[in-house]
Amino acid sequence: MSTLGGQIVRGAQGPSGGTRFKRGKVARLIMLWILNLFFLFFFLFPFYWQTITSLKSSLDISATPVVWFPTHFVFTHYQTIFAGTPPFGRNILNSVIVATATTLISLLLGTLSAYALARLPLPAKRTILVLVIVMVTFPGIALVASLFVFLRDLNLTDTYGALIIPYVAFSLPFAIWVLTNFFRDIPAELAEQAEVDGCTPVQSLTRVILPLSAPALVTAGLLIFIGAWNEFLFAYTFMSQSNMQTVPVAIYYFGGLHEVPWGEISAASEAVSLPIIALVLIFQRSIVQGLTAGSLKG
Amino acid sequence: MAARGAPLIVPETGPAPGRAARLGWWARLRRYGLSRRQLAWLLFLPSVLVLLGVLAYPAARTVWISLHTLRLDEPWLGEPFVGLKNYTFELQQQDFWNAIGVSAYFTAGSVISELLLGLGVALVVNESFRGRGLMRAAMLVPWAIPAVISARLFGWMYSPGVGAFNALLNGVHLHSGPLDVLSSDQLSMPAVILADVWKNTPFIALLLLAGLQVIPAELYEAARVDGAGPLQRFAQITLPLLRGSIVIALLFRTITAFQTFDLPFTLTAGGPGTDTQLLSLLSYRTLFSYVNFGRGSALAVILALICFVMAAVYARQLTVEEF
Repeated sequence: MSTLGGQIVRGAQGPSGGTRFKRGKVARLIMLWILNLFFLFFFLFPFYWQTITSLKSSLDISATPVVWFPTHFVFTHYQTIFAGTPPFGRNILNSVIVATATTLISLLLGTLSAYALARLPLPAKRTILVLVIVMVTFPGIALVASLFVFLRDLNLTDTYGALIIPYVAFSLPFAIWVLTNFFRDIPAELAEQAEVDGCTPVQSLTRVILPLSAPALVTAGLLIFIGAWNEFLFAYTFMSQSNMQTVPVAIYYFGGLHEVPWGEISAASEAVSLPIIALVLIFQRSIVQGLTAGSLKG
Repeated sequence: MAARGAPLIVPETGPAPGRAARLGWWARLRRYGLSRRQLAWLLFLPSVLVLLGVLAYPAARTVWISLHTLRLDEPWLGEPFVGLKNYTFELQQQDFWNAIGVSAYFTAGSVISELLLGLGVALVVNESFRGRGLMRAAMLVPWAIPAVISARLFGWMYSPGVGAFNALLNGVHLHSGPLDVLSSDQLSMPAVILADVWKNTPFIALLLLAGLQVIPAELYEAARVDGAGPLQRFAQITLPLLRGSIVIALLFRTITAFQTFDLPFTLTAGGPGTDTQLLSLLSYRTLFSYVNFGRGSALAVILALICFVMAAVYARQLTVEEF
């Protein structure tokens, strides 16, 4: 599996002598680690910077030269944001409600459709799936105006529904695509056997397919949750009252009269990034699978 | 049991066809349930309703609005039909062509950088060495952080004087003194692209990594036996076999990059001037700052059409073998 200047795949089976083998191995490891450290720095440095900013005193934040390794940590920025009006906790609650509802509804509807697409007779399945993929990449900006008018006419702006409804519609194609591919990969014999044993198709879905699909449901659910948690365009447009705003909008609006409160912005960013990062690291494997399945097949 | 000629649930073990015909539809439903075809439609229906109601209908409505004059600040004008006037008007605006250029610049710059960097990351992580698990995990950090947060974070890093970016540049003697990249004509777009590259490279890297992992190791062994060096193996095995993954990653990111909104909206709001005003930002500004829904919708339709054409190519790539 060596693809990058690799000298060795499995031990010293090659015709080359021992010293050449060792020198190649060491050179390869050094090169890999140089690249690895570069990428690690690139990916992690901004996050490190956000973390230390959130814990620095305001004096340290504006100090020159820059304090790279602070020794004195304060929690005042965190206290300030959670005591604001509305308190940042309210924004977090809004995000949790909207993202959770979106995830549950999308998974329910997505499971039903995916089962129909993967296991039951429907006409023009290929066309349906092509449409589903096109919808996955549909630009939100093309709908923001008409959805705004639509939600305003229904008096839904500044309610959770104003976000849950469009979020479900935007995450449903993704759920259908991922789950259909997964259901198709479950051996047909399993479901057929259940039906021979007297299960209806619905029972074969709930008793055979769903228990086997738990990993796919977790994957799709996590990605939908994170998508809804991170969404900005609709959240910014459809919620005008500050106590209804979700986390990204609240962080967008963080500002000061005279100078930008970088400590508070960083503290708020940190408070909402950490749980998501923890979630992502815990479910690393299934998230990577889902990301790949979302744009590659199966 | 032969309900409307639909394929049956358990044809081999079902009762004789004649019996079902004697029962009423309700009794038939209670005894045998729905036919598979009916059930399929029943399960599919809720999604179809949501997608038609919340995606297709508003999309059609956007097209409809784009053919009318609709100004929210002058409701007494009503909503007169103007045909393609909004489109012909926008096509003559310098702002529009500027936005097309800016969007193309942003898309090309970010997607190409992300592809090259992502390929590098994927190749490194695909090697077996102690510590690669750390990098796989580290990659997911930028991906998980909301675009608005990464925009504010980069805004803070770019801040002249006390930001990390300036301090790093000064530290490696690339530049001395404060440098306000976000107010610079030449540097603002590269700065936006860098923030986007940070956030989206992991995604491409993960796609390419998945592609690399299915290349059989025997191919490399065989090439090595034939005396092919690392670069030859990369050019003759890795690249051709990774082509499919690269095309898909490229298409998917091009579509999503072209409609990027959160990051530039938060980081630069299109500035300085209109230097980073992507088509999505111009459309949003026309819609909600100038409250000109007709013209803003025309811009949104143009953006959607461009994405739609790319999405059609992309969907073909994905479903070519299936179904």
